[in-house]
Amino acid sequence: MSDQLLWFASRGSGIVSLLLLTTVTVLGLTSMVRWQRPTWPRFLTNDLHANLALLSVVFVGVHVTSAILDPFTNLGIYAATIPFASSYRPLWVGLGVISVYLFVALIITSLVRERLGQRAWRLVHWVAYAGWPLAVVHSMGSGSDAFAPWMMGIEALCIGVVALALIWRVAAGRTNREQLPAVVGASRRVHAPYADGDHR
Amino acid sequence: MKRTVERTVGLLVVDPIVCDGHGLCAELLPELIEIDDWGYPILRSAAVPRELAAYARRAVAACPVLALKLTPTE
Amino acid sequence: MTFEARLLAGPAFGAGMEPYAAHRARLGQLPPPRPELIDTLVASGLLGRGGAGFPVGRKWQAVESRSQADARILVNGAEAEPLSAKDRALMHSRPHLVLDGALLAAGVLGAREIVLYVGARHIDARRSLQRAIAERGRLRVPVRIVLAPDAYVAGEESAAVHFVNAGDARPTVTPPRPFESGIDGSPTLVQNVESLVHVALIARGGDAWYRSLGRGETRGTALVTVSGAPYGGVREIELGTRVGEVAAVSGVAPGSAHAVLLGGYFGRWLTREQAWAVPLDPQALRAAGATFGAGVISFLPADQCGVAATATVLEYMAAQSAAQCGPCVFGLRSIADTTMALATNSAVVHDLDRLERWTGQINGRGACRHPDGAVAMLMSAMAAFGPDFASHARGRGCEVAAALRPAA
Repeated sequence: MSDQLLWFASRGSGIVSLLLLTTVTVLGLTSMVRWQRPTWPRFLTNDLHANLALLSVVFVGVHVTSAILDPFTNLGIYAATIPFASSYRPLWVGLGVISVYLFVALIITSLVRERLGQRAWRLVHWVAYAGWPLAVVHSMGSGSDAFAPWMMGIEALCIGVVALALIWRVAAGRTNREQLPAVVGASRRVHAPYADGDHR
Repeated sequence: MKRTVERTVGLLVVDPIVCDGHGLCAELLPELIEIDDWGYPILRSAAVPRELAAYARRAVAACPVLALKLTPTE
Repeated sequence: MTFEARLLAGPAFGAGMEPYAAHRARLGQLPPPRPELIDTLVASGLLGRGGAGFPVGRKWQAVESRSQADARILVNGAEAEPLSAKDRALMHSRPHLVLDGALLAAGVLGAREIVLYVGARHIDARRSLQRAIAERGRLRVPVRIVLAPDAYVAGEESAAVHFVNAGDARPTVTPPRPFESGIDGSPTLVQNVESLVHVALIARGGDAWYRSLGRGETRGTALVTVSGAPYGGVREIELGTRVGEVAAVSGVAPGSAHAVLLGGYFGRWLTREQAWAVPLDPQALRAAGATFGAGVISFLPADQCGVAATATVLEYMAAQSAAQCGPCVFGLRSIADTTMALATNSAVVHDLDRLERWTGQINGRGACRHPDGAVAMLMSAMAAFGPDFASHARGRGCEVAAALRPAA
């Protein structure tokens, strides 16, 4: 029974992690769109994004720990920490390991963002966009439930929601900063008014 | 005059070049920051009283581009 | 208005540069740079002529106290203010005086190099400076010419430093200011061309000589650029000369100009009634709600609408924003569009209130003073042309015959 418990814990926490990370990704994209309503201020999107990311660390931690401890899977520390070192489905598990590292980098840099500086933080955030797709692929390849209908439904939901958010982000167009030169450039008057004489 | 200085924790400054008008600072610190007609923050008062120190720090941390800074008064 | 010319003394301007031999014959050898020169400049009360009017001696003190033999001199000859022509006139016809001032600064402040930041369009000025440098032969401090891009804000001091450092002529957030950290991070003196010419003359004549001319509190002479008049152009005046005197000498017939823009596009409008008696002295001008600025005196002909003139200047200022700061980009755009709507009698109700509201919101919220200048110019226009703004707001134009046609 305890074997089963660890196995269920690993699968269950894995699925919850996937759902949380999907939500975190969607919220991240939404914050770039700058969507808000009187009952949903901007800071709420950002704070939820950050807090759910921290919460997902807990579930990913449970997922990895229970997977290692589970006698049934033969996963040791190395398999869980070194990409592709697992003897069980090395590719898929390895992608999951990479995904965890990317998310950990994201979270650490975000916690020290003020000291780190905006530029370094942005770079890591951009690279870590790969975190979520890797997590999805990992779940599709290494999970024992991968082809169960309900699991495929969850995968589809996660992919669908992020795809929609991505489309929304692209459709929302340029940010303020990108618009500034266009607004200035749209001015009709280019020649200096009332200036007499040549400029030599 | 001295009283007011002692009760000030620091001065808020917005870097106008980095600021992109996200507006989170005004949501989190409406006592000191309001938004102009184009979405950019106006600092009604740069001096942060002690009562608002925690909120000011939160606003600084929340800025998506780190344009808001709190310089502590010596 | 007659006095012995100082900056405009010597061979006629516009005929070409005064060569080194003639320069030395007329003015004598340049005195060696000594630290006492800073005290002399402070005593003279010389104010910067780039537009801000900051005391030159104090600026030198600020750089000198930070210089560890690594300072830089940036001679600001960008002259991006279209209504001003004095700096390029000096660079074109008296390049050796400009070099004298720069070399004195370099010597006194312990500078490693001199950068002549010359507007790319000012071709004659650049050629004169190049020939003058060649005539000098070996100089104790290397001198190089950097061409300033053709943009209004390129002349701003942090923008000038930014361009020399990184090829980007957009203003940066200050602090730190150039005197603290400028070219290559070193203390940098950014000084206007005309200011350095005054320095070169004061070094020879002394502060008492400089102060011997002048009609009011602020002493000395200055160059002004007159436009909107039959005999406009660059003139030297005693500080304290009245606007009306300049008008008369420039051929502005009584009643042919109803207002004047003082300082530059970033300056202030005054009506004829307000302006004619005002002395061209920074303090007196400030008290009258105006500014000396870059010495621009632009008369507005009686048949040109003040609202229209303001609108066209605002359009230009909006188009010249560096596009870095939201309040400047969107704010200047808004006030320019609204003032243009007023000028073309297509304003909507409450437009005057919106202008007032926006002028309060835009001030001081950019990285540089560009939006502040535009706002101050607009506010002075609303004061000077108040009745005209009001009647334009009602769609009825103003008494001035020529209303602005909508811009093409």
